[in-house]
Amino acid sequence: MNLTCIICPLGCSLTAEICGETVTVAGNGCPRGAEYAKNECTNPVRTVTATVPCGKTRLPVKTDRPIPKAEIFSCMDRIHRLTAVAPVKIGDILDKTPWGANIVAAGNIEEA
Amino acid sequence: MRDLVIIGGGPAGMAAALAAREAGVEDILILERDQALGGILQQCVHNGFGLHTFGEELTGPEYAWKYIDKVVEKEIEYKTETMVLSISPEKVITATNATDGIFTVEARAIILAMGCRERPRGALATPGTRPAGIFSAGTAQKLMNCAGYSVGREAVILGSGDIGLIMARRMTLEGAKVKAVCELMPYSGGLARNIQQCLHDFSIPLKLSHTVTEIHGRERLTGVTIAEVDADRRPIPGTEEYISCDTLLLSVGLIPENELSLCAGIALDPVTGGAAVTAARETSVPGIFACGNVLHVHDLVDYVSEEAATAGKSAATYLRGAQEKNVDLLLRTDGRIRYTVPQKITEKADTTVYFRVAAVYRNASVSVYSGEKRLFTKKRAKMAPGEMESITLPASVLPENGELRFILEEEK
Repeated sequence: MNLTCIICPLGCSLTAEICGETVTVAGNGCPRGAEYAKNECTNPVRTVTATVPCGKTRLPVKTDRPIPKAEIFSCMDRIHRLTAVAPVKIGDILDKTPWGANIVAAGNIEEA
Repeated sequence: MRDLVIIGGGPAGMAAALAAREAGVEDILILERDQALGGILQQCVHNGFGLHTFGEELTGPEYAWKYIDKVVEKEIEYKTETMVLSISPEKVITATNATDGIFTVEARAIILAMGCRERPRGALATPGTRPAGIFSAGTAQKLMNCAGYSVGREAVILGSGDIGLIMARRMTLEGAKVKAVCELMPYSGGLARNIQQCLHDFSIPLKLSHTVTEIHGRERLTGVTIAEVDADRRPIPGTEEYISCDTLLLSVGLIPENELSLCAGIALDPVTGGAAVTAARETSVPGIFACGNVLHVHDLVDYVSEEAATAGKSAATYLRGAQEKNVDLLLRTDGRIRYTVPQKITEKADTTVYFRVAAVYRNASVSVYSGEKRLFTKKRAKMAPGEMESITLPASVLPENGELRFILEEEK
């Protein structure tokens, strides 16, 4: 399988060969690339980011760890149901998802 | 009289301010046009920032806050909602805001960090009507991420720069159908990882060597005609295809915003659209420095911060009267390498030179010549216009004066 690594801006071209339970990766410039390729072959994951309403403004949010790629749109549905109340700080948890990740604030808003 | 005034409070302006403070400059003022510090990072809510600088993956606002927090902690003075109107060659800045009215500030040193603007529809001369629904990708990004508008339901994106790719994903996540991304060139101008995670992840087609040849609709956009282009980038008759859509995003290039630089009499590089600078990021006007996207468009904010720190440190050196100019080298390129930043080297020190190539080259080397003598060479498996490259020239190889020619050679 040919992959493009998304871990860093270098975007290494990777090849991954699945042989039974083991995945052999080539083309990676660092260990994180190998991990990405293995995940991509078995359980691809992505970090989801968006914004939610917060008073008159909007608060950037993200999943604090990557979630399964197949759940991206379910995650967006959860995000669409959220509103934040100021004050809110980076890292504040707005929602716990069933995929082991929290939806957290990715910006600071001081007053309402 | 202020010691250092920085124009722009985005990532470049903040990093420059912090580096100047670190190097001993007490009196610093940042002037920012927007309502808050942070610049365009505030609307870049996607992740992938800061891996290089902080070793973690941050969203744009998180990256911005790392710097905003430090600016506040170091008690660096800043004025927001303040528009700089002009800068004179004598370093007198005229600016305006709602509380101070129109005011002038005289500066001993200035750092330009105004960023860049998007190339607009008018620059493309695409035939057709002028309906609503045509946005530059960054405008759509701000409307969606900062104001909460949906922007559109069915979109075509012209240009495969990173902002266009990021918006293809953002619109898809917000329920829109992105029908195609058309790219005039035979390769994408965006990062490979964005092609993967923004297009392939959502099965959005990337049509290389394609452009929009007509815009349809009266009140709101109803569709676009796209066509394949030949090697000279002219539409090929018979390849036209109509795509119905209510939104067209343009991600067709960024232009450094240098009206103020021109006011100050600063010489610009016609290729970058930014100032021609020394390795210290000093412009042709002594004591005025430039960094970030106003100097040349970067792919990564991490490199903006790095360059801005150089400018901040250099401004501090200038203010101390401690600049060392002991070599005089002009950097020249061969066309295959489109430009270098810096364009001049005036100090004998290890110098990192950033450059972009004109097309996709595989198994090529970049060599630096002084006369017939090759000073340095570096091989790369692949270079593309969308990815900024760099080489670091050791101080020991730098001659005293003359030209340094940057030559790209392909292996046979």
